[in-house]
Amino acid sequence: MKIRVNGAWREVLDSGAAAATLEALLHRFGFGNATVATAVNGEFVPHGARGRCLVQEGDRIEVLAPMQGG
Amino acid sequence: MLDLYDVQLASRLLLGTARYPSPSIMAEAVRAAGAAMVTVSLRREASGERAGQGFWSLVRSLGVRVLPNTAGCHTVKEAVTTAHMARELFDTPWIKLEVIGEDDTLQPDVIGLVEAARVLVQEDFRVLPYCTEDLVVADRLVTAGCEVLMPWGAPIGSGRGLNNPFGLRALRAHFPQVALIVDAGIGMPSHAAAAMELGFDGVLINSAVAQARQPVAMARAFAQAVEAGHAAFLAGPIPARDMAVPSTPLIGKAFLA
Repeated sequence: MKIRVNGAWREVLDSGAAAATLEALLHRFGFGNATVATAVNGEFVPHGARGRCLVQEGDRIEVLAPMQGG
Repeated sequence: MLDLYDVQLASRLLLGTARYPSPSIMAEAVRAAGAAMVTVSLRREASGERAGQGFWSLVRSLGVRVLPNTAGCHTVKEAVTTAHMARELFDTPWIKLEVIGEDDTLQPDVIGLVEAARVLVQEDFRVLPYCTEDLVVADRLVTAGCEVLMPWGAPIGSGRGLNNPFGLRALRAHFPQVALIVDAGIGMPSHAAAAMELGFDGVLINSAVAQARQPVAMARAFAQAVEAGHAAFLAGPIPARDMAVPSTPLIGKAFLA
């Protein structure tokens, strides 16, 4: 399936429902245990809910980290 | 001490962390300023570079309080969602609330700002709204539960100082019990001193320090200016007059005509 991660399209091979959770995808994309906050289709997904959040074709995922700010 | 919500900060100078020549210069400027709180943001992380992880480690090593912002948000939904993410990411209910209404001036969308503040206060956030000197908007924000207001001095990054000192003075007079911090547009330490001389509780500076030729020296200068302005306010300055009042007494002056 194709999904958008931080604005870029990514192709994800379908490996079953477990692999399509937000948590699994974060690991697959190399975010691992990084300090990040996530949203799917504009909705905040808390850390504890990532394992239950199923990502589908066309979904928009935002992975945000602490950055400089004024 | 600067009292904001349930916290006392040792410095009345807040610093932003953006636009520095390097992370190490940013850290050095924060230390030189003696800032007790710095603003940060949330932005997309690149999985390979992990830039955000490095920045976060550096900020935590400074031992200062962090104030996440909702910079770049144009709608209530964007700002509220960003605040939710910030609360988890930074483990703090504090939020510098920005709802931007216009991209040239980066002025707040004050209608959206009040609505977002209302929502976030009800969710137990400690909201520090980036606003204007408008008294009606300020009243709405305070009624919504904000205990701090952060009016602009001038457009973000413009360095113009206090565009409307009369409006800021009126804001101070109308809300004597609310913590007021001038945020945005300050360019020189004299601007920061002027804000403190008006009786403001603090200033938030970013570009004026980060983009100075020598950011660390400028950070130090701002710290001195904030301290001087606050001390001057407490010392009770003389009022301005139109005509002269001689300093030297006339009594005892010789007649030498």
